[in-house]
Parts: sequence; structure tokens; C-alpha cells
Amino acid sequence: MPELLGVGVGTGAAVGTAVVLAPAARPPADEPADPGAGPRVREAFAAVAATLRERAEAAGGTTAEVLQATALMAADPGLLAVVDARLAAGAGPATAVDQAVEQFCDVLAASGPYLAERVTDLRDVRDRVVARVLGLPEPGVPQLVEPSVIVARDLAPADTAALDLSLVVGIVTELGGPTSHTAIIAAQFDIPCLVRVAGALGVAAGTPLALDARAGTLVPDPSAELREQVAARRAARLALAAGAGGPGRTADGTTVQLLANVGTLEDAERAAAQDVEGVGLFRTEVLFLDRTSAPTLSEQTDAYARVFAAFGARKVVVRTLDAGADKPLAFVEVAPEENPALGVRGLRTARRHPELLQTQLQALAAAAKQTGTHPWVMAPMVSTPAEAADFARAARAVGLETVGAMVEVPAAALRARQLVAAGLDFVSLGTNDLTQYAMAADRLEGDLADLLDPWQPAVLQLVEATGQVHVPVGVCGEAARDPLLALVLVGLGVRSLSMAPAAVPAVRFALARTHLEACRAMANAALGADSPQQAREFAARFADPDVLAL
Amino acid sequence: MSNPTATRTAVVASRVGLHARPASLFVQAAAATGLPVTIAVGDGDAVDARSILMVMGLGAQHGDQVTLTAEGEGAEAALDQLVTLVETDHDA
Repeated sequence: MPELLGVGVGTGAAVGTAVVLAPAARPPADEPADPGAGPRVREAFAAVAATLRERAEAAGGTTAEVLQATALMAADPGLLAVVDARLAAGAGPATAVDQAVEQFCDVLAASGPYLAERVTDLRDVRDRVVARVLGLPEPGVPQLVEPSVIVARDLAPADTAALDLSLVVGIVTELGGPTSHTAIIAAQFDIPCLVRVAGALGVAAGTPLALDARAGTLVPDPSAELREQVAARRAARLALAAGAGGPGRTADGTTVQLLANVGTLEDAERAAAQDVEGVGLFRTEVLFLDRTSAPTLSEQTDAYARVFAAFGARKVVVRTLDAGADKPLAFVEVAPEENPALGVRGLRTARRHPELLQTQLQALAAAAKQTGTHPWVMAPMVSTPAEAADFARAARAVGLETVGAMVEVPAAALRARQLVAAGLDFVSLGTNDLTQYAMAADRLEGDLADLLDPWQPAVLQLVEATGQVHVPVGVCGEAARDPLLALVLVGLGVRSLSMAPAAVPAVRFALARTHLEACRAMANAALGADSPQQAREFAARFADPDVLAL
Repeated sequence: MSNPTATRTAVVASRVGLHARPASLFVQAAAATGLPVTIAVGDGDAVDARSILMVMGLGAQHGDQVTLTAEGEGAEAALDQLVTLVETDHDA
């Protein structure tokens, strides 16, 4: 199989065995009747039931009970009887399974809300049985037994939750973009990742794969030489992580804070144990998602206090609720929007629900007081000085002292000076959204991955505009974890970089090898480019060879 | 001589009704008797008690009366055991 190309996330490389997450197989529309298929179909059901029982035994706890009940469904005599009837009536085998399952799904759905999850489980049984009947691999996440490269159309959050990440050395998807869910997970755990790899699902399970996120290549059956190269790069990266630590600074001593992006409380506690100077982006929306009502004041206070306590005297930058668009909240009523990314999201949510922001600010202030810490607080999606002023007033009114705003909208970048004059102590560039809005390209639209590249000179120009202000300027976004781009950002005036903690050592190393003047030269060169590729090339001319090898 | 047929009634004790875990336990016990066992809610149609989908599909709620029927050697003893299961609140 020839080499495949994709869009790299991060700069890592890995070798592992392909584990293919097959999409659910559907019965063919014109499946011919096969009245004699009964025994074969029963065998498929029995095999699926047996697998589920095995998993139940291995799982334990609540998961075991759910799997046990699902196994019962896969061996259900009532279901098998309906499948037989459908087969006798002339349906093809996979079609008969599908029809029988849907019949029971209707019955269950009609029997009340308790059974909604069982409908999901039953359809999962259906997908497994249909796959077996059609002679295709079972869908879903297989149990990993060796260092694996996960190959999927795209990874759903549920898939990622089921993966044993300690055995995942790489992720390859056909769809998704550099800022998709998959890419964010990969960044979080510093797993080399390629998205937009056309034909990836054609890779046979078990094939050895070498993936190189920096080059954007996926090589099936790599040569011994390539394997060695990748292994050497991995070892060099690990050595870096084990090597120099401490605060970030350029070769000539300019300090650049190296901070962590965190979502959940567990993330935060994990990050606190790492060699980072604090948190540059605490995404509080995780507390709000998947809930039917807003978390209460005391619930929020406890959560924030845990994070603040974990970091003690280190800096923690909290972003207030960033909801809307791709992060809808169940308890916030939103009128249907034509373009949610251009709609009521981020700080704009407070226009309709000021109480949500008010409660959150109070909880942050209470948690700060309780832990004796001084969090920095910033609002997402600020576009005008008036919005910045309103937010700053509301935050200071409850006693929060250090107030800032995210720069994610070109208007905010171009008018950063005016935003600051409206009463801000700092600004933080969210490069993912800033790129989306500068290039008018939806973050989740993988087909537009080239436009979503943070090396786009137009995006760098907006960073430059923001970098002129006289308060601290940070970057929290995917851009910060690319060592070369991090140097360009510093050259543009950025003095703190926030990223997945795993990416910090490489960026620290790049900074330590580079003078501020070289960062500025890289930035100027990149600004003069016509494309992201050219910007990278131009910047690389001023870089230390060891940095380029990262 | 025909097989003995036994019939019992029971009141569903589980707060969630015969769903999820209670249904799962009941169906497994019914299958373990090795006898054909049926269950009906009130005056409704009897369904195969060894089918978790049929049993959940009954929508038997907490406090509903169900009728159990079994046929064959040991039917009485089998039903005694199943009645006890239905009348236990497994979520307590």
C-alpha cells in the first residue's frame, strides 16, 4: 500500500499496529431473500452475546450490569423469533435483523424514558450482528493489546472514552480537522495525529504503520530504516521532557510563561503535577456541558477551589462560560440560529442569561477567597470595548482583581488597544477561533483544513496587532504547541503560551535555543509570506537546527 | 397426562418497574428454570418471560400486578422463586 497524506496535528511521529474502527455496516438496500439463513443469523447473535458476556466479566461494577443486560438482548428468544418471521417473509438476513431490532426499539421507546438507553444498547447489538452476518468487522472500539495506531472515519467522544490511551501511540482519521475533537484529545495526551487522510479506512487491521504528524504522512509497512528514524525522534522528545525544566525563557533571558490548557478538574490536578508555570486556559464549560440544569453557586465554588488549590501560588487563568455553537447547553434555550458560530455564543450568552455569568463570577470570587489565591479571569468572544468594559465591571464588582478578555474575533485583535483601555489587565489570543473568523472557515469543516492553518499570514498579522498592547498578551490555542510557531508568536509580542502540558518540554527547548531577536526575525519573515507553507519555510530559515528537528 | 400448569400473581416492587436491572435479573431467573414461563401485566397479553425485550416492552411499573404462568415439572417451585424476585425492590 502506498504512502497516504493527511494534515498533521502536532509534530510527533510514531510506529504502531493499525487498529481500524469500522463504521457501522448497514444492510444492503437490495439484499436478496435467503430463507435458509436462520442458523447463520442465530450463530451471529450467539457470538455477539458471548463477546458481551466476556466483556461483562472483565468489566465489573455498573458497566458489567449494562453489558450483561445487553448480552441478554443479543440472546433474546423474542427477538430471534421476530428475525425468523422476517426471514420467512422474504427479507434478506441483515435486513431481517435490522427490521426485528427496529420493531423492538419502537416498543421500548413507547414504554417510557427509562428505556431510551436500552434502545441505544439494542442498536449496538444490531450493528454487531449485522456486521457479522455481512462478514464485516464489528464496529466500535476493540480492546487494545499492543501499541496501536487508531484508524477511524472520525472519533466520537464515546469512542475516545472507551480507548485505552496508554496503548494508543497514534491516531489517524479520514475526516475531522486540526481543531476537531479528535485533534484536541490527541494534543491533550501528546499523541501524534493525522486528520483528513483520504483512504485511511482502506488500511487493513494489523498493518504496521509509521505516522509522521510533521510531514503529514502515513506509511504502511514501514522499512526498518524508517522505524528506526521514528524511534529516534520519539526518544529525543522523551529525553527533552526528562531534561531541562523550569520557567520558559529565550536564550537571552526574556521570560515566556509556559502554561497548561485544562478542561476537567482531573485535567487540572494532573497538570498541577507537571512542570508548568500554571494554567493559561481553564475551560469552565466542561462543568456545564451534559447537564440538564446549571451547576449551583456552591457546586461551582467547590470545583474552582479545587483547581485553585491544586496550583497554589501559580497563575491560573479562568475563562468564563464559553457556550453556544459547537458547545450547546441543555438548560439554555437558544432560538435556532442560521450560523451558530456567528451567533449567541461565548460572552454573548450573557446578553440573554446574565444570571449564568453572574453566578459564575461570584463562585470564582468565593473560590479565590476560600483558597487565598488570585485567579485571572477572562471572557470568551469579546468583540468590542463596550463588551470588555461590561465584563470588567461585573468581575471587579464581585472582587475579582485581574480581568481580561480572549481575542478570538478579528475586531478584537485590530482594536486590542481600545479593549485594554476599556479596563482590561491582560488579553489572551484564542488562535483556533481567531483563525476560523479571520479565514471565514468553520473550525469543524475538515475540508477547509488548509484555511484553518494557524500559520496563515493573515492570522499572524492579527496576532501582531494584538501584540502591540502594553498589558500581558498570551496565546491559548493549538498554535502554541508547535515549537517553531511558538517562537514566531513570541516574536510578535506574546509572553505566555498555554497548551497541553505534554507539549511544554519541546516549546521550552525551542525557546531556550533562540534569542528574542531571532524570534522577531522569524515573525517578520512569516508575515511576509503568501501561504502557511511559505510562512513556515521563511521562519525556519532563522531557526536553530535542533529546534527544526523536534 | 398433561404437564402441570401453575399460575401466580405478584406486585412489582422495584421503583423503576420491571426495567433495567430488575428485568435483567427476572429474565435470567426465568430462563434458568428451564421451563416455558410467561408474564402478563393486568389483563394484558402474556409474553415470554425469558425475553428481556418482551418483558421490558410490557412497561410494568412499580405497583403493577403481574401474572406469571409456568408449565412442566417443578412449575410451582419455579414460580415461588420468580414471585419473590418480582416482589423485591432491587434498587433499594
